[in-house]
Amino acid sequence: MKVGLFVTCLVDAMRPEIGFASLKLLEAAGCEVIVPEAQTCCGQPAYNSGDTANARELAAKALREFESFDYMVVPSGSCAAQLKIHFPRLLQDDAQLVARARRLAARTYELTDFLTNVAARRGPSTTFSRRVTYHDSCSGLRELGIKTQPRALLAHAGVELTEMKDCEQCCGFGGAFAVKYGDISGAIVDEKCRHIQASGADTVVLGDLGCILNIEGRLQRLGDDTTRVLHVAQVLVGEA
Amino acid sequence: MHFKQRAGQKLADVRLQKNLKKLAEKFVIARTAAVVELDDFEATREAAVERRNRVLANLDQWLQTFERNATAGGATVLYAETAEEGARLIVEIATTHGVRKVIKSKSMVSEEIGLNHAFEAAGIRPVETDLGEYILQINDNEAPSHIIAPVIHKDKEEISDLFARAHATSRKTEITQLTREARDVLRSHFLSADMGVTGANFLIAETGSAAVVTNEGNEGMCTIMPRVHVVLTGVEKVLPTLEDLATLMRLLPRSATGQQISNYLSLLTGPRRAGDGEGPGHMYYVLLDAGRTKLLGSEFQEMLRCIRCGACMNHCPVYQKVGGHAYGWVYPGPMGAVLTPNYVGLEKALDLPQAATFCNQCSVVCPVKIPLPDLMRKLREHQWERGLQPWPEKLAIAAWAFAAKRPMLYAFITKWAIRLLTRMGGHDRRLRSLPLGAGWTSSRDFPAPSGRTFRELYRARITAHGRTRV
Repeated sequence: MKVGLFVTCLVDAMRPEIGFASLKLLEAAGCEVIVPEAQTCCGQPAYNSGDTANARELAAKALREFESFDYMVVPSGSCAAQLKIHFPRLLQDDAQLVARARRLAARTYELTDFLTNVAARRGPSTTFSRRVTYHDSCSGLRELGIKTQPRALLAHAGVELTEMKDCEQCCGFGGAFAVKYGDISGAIVDEKCRHIQASGADTVVLGDLGCILNIEGRLQRLGDDTTRVLHVAQVLVGEA
Repeated sequence: MHFKQRAGQKLADVRLQKNLKKLAEKFVIARTAAVVELDDFEATREAAVERRNRVLANLDQWLQTFERNATAGGATVLYAETAEEGARLIVEIATTHGVRKVIKSKSMVSEEIGLNHAFEAAGIRPVETDLGEYILQINDNEAPSHIIAPVIHKDKEEISDLFARAHATSRKTEITQLTREARDVLRSHFLSADMGVTGANFLIAETGSAAVVTNEGNEGMCTIMPRVHVVLTGVEKVLPTLEDLATLMRLLPRSATGQQISNYLSLLTGPRRAGDGEGPGHMYYVLLDAGRTKLLGSEFQEMLRCIRCGACMNHCPVYQKVGGHAYGWVYPGPMGAVLTPNYVGLEKALDLPQAATFCNQCSVVCPVKIPLPDLMRKLREHQWERGLQPWPEKLAIAAWAFAAKRPMLYAFITKWAIRLLTRMGGHDRRLRSLPLGAGWTSSRDFPAPSGRTFRELYRARITAHGRTRV
């Protein structure tokens, strides 16, 4: 099973360890993993700014880089939704490109979804022993239905979850929204952090780096140096 | 004042922040409970979408059917192309019938056309009889902040103070006392008004009726007591049959307030007929376009399915933090973020489609499955095409996209930018202020990068392991 790993631009720049954890999980599941070096970004910043021309070019670029693999796997619900749902819409005016985008979309998976429903070879237990709560990031949850997958993987790895209040409520990241409407975004993430702290967990786990940076940044500003914010892949490999 | 300034004020308003929590505590929880009770909720949504789409596909014909049947029932159907025309028509009706006082039940379309102001300019006294709208009217004609809970931004104490001041009575502290006082004041208006104005949640084509949903029963007083009844609503509100009304009514109260059914649902068909014991002598419909038909056949047509339940704003993380007044026009929240630019002008509401996280919660709860984030993104596309974004944003996207399409350049830039940011993060591994990202660091730190890009580390790993590079 040949898997193309799309590490995402944020993981590449900010948290390469999430990329390596994903790689390790996929290899442990028996996949041959290839990371195309020319990959950059799925184009969401352009797409969500209304710049469809650049968004289309970046979509076509990702198609070229990933369509030769059996599967494309992404450690982010937001970028996976961009590929699976929004690429075919974005390219709908070009019959050839849209057909290719649909074929790729059918073979594209968010990491935990792939590990649960495609690879289906469970990893070993982890040595991770902190108290964990899970935040459901919006795109993964509401566009791709990522809800039980990460929880099943964590449970299998022996990690015990304590659910927080309103775990499905948006963290207020929203890409450029967090910079353009920083005060509103800040008020939303503040509420999220209060729920995390009230859950009794000392670690919040999630599947999207944008939301991780948002929550981590707010916790830092609140002076909370004990609560850790980790990607689910980091917890599953037990390296965190 | 712009959206951002208004939002900033609202975020700093401690009392408002406390009051806005009622949304999540009341409506969100109640809706969740009411929806799971219905074992075919999803199928009902699908059916509702199909019925609304069917009407919108041939709106002119459905309006003609409605008009024919309403006219046969003795009502007069008028159309208003603009908000001004709508207000003018209703004032003319009032003048024709020698009306001095008008009682109104809740209507957001009347807010859209500035009806109270038009009445007052013509020397006619409008009295709001929905409790929330009445509270706002006696508070110097304050605007509603929510389409079904217009006074959600206020708490009981504020209303106690307001009643004592406006009614010149002793200050009441119990809700039952306050509603009793409002009833006493409104009773004399119900008895002395010449004309009633109501909205309509739906227009039923096959019977020529207006369906009006309320919880307070004030609508009944507005339609039965006065000599003249005017129904004011948008042209898009038609449903083909009463059976369709039953379908939509399974969704509307559940989505709006979490009620299985509203306290009242009135079906009004024409004025009083010979032998009727009660009812108005004259009934008019004023059906407003004001931008609606412009959406037909456009990429925003789906917005016309909206049944004004308010679920999108109740569940919106942004609305929950800034409230309805921040949005600046009649319709707030996600539905307002799509309607306002379309009805008032794209360039007059630049922030509204942008001030969204695209969390998708609104489209998930929408009873008629309007893809609100997709429609907001379409508006962003129109803004981009017309060059309406601020230049720093345009420049940033252009520069970023230029690099993202050139992997070698991109790798070079990120390699050095990440080294710089990591160094700036220091041993705390965080940046307290970010160049060009003050919005981010106004309320949170920026966690520093890990030091090297994945790309660099992966290449090193492959070289070390002697694997072929891909």
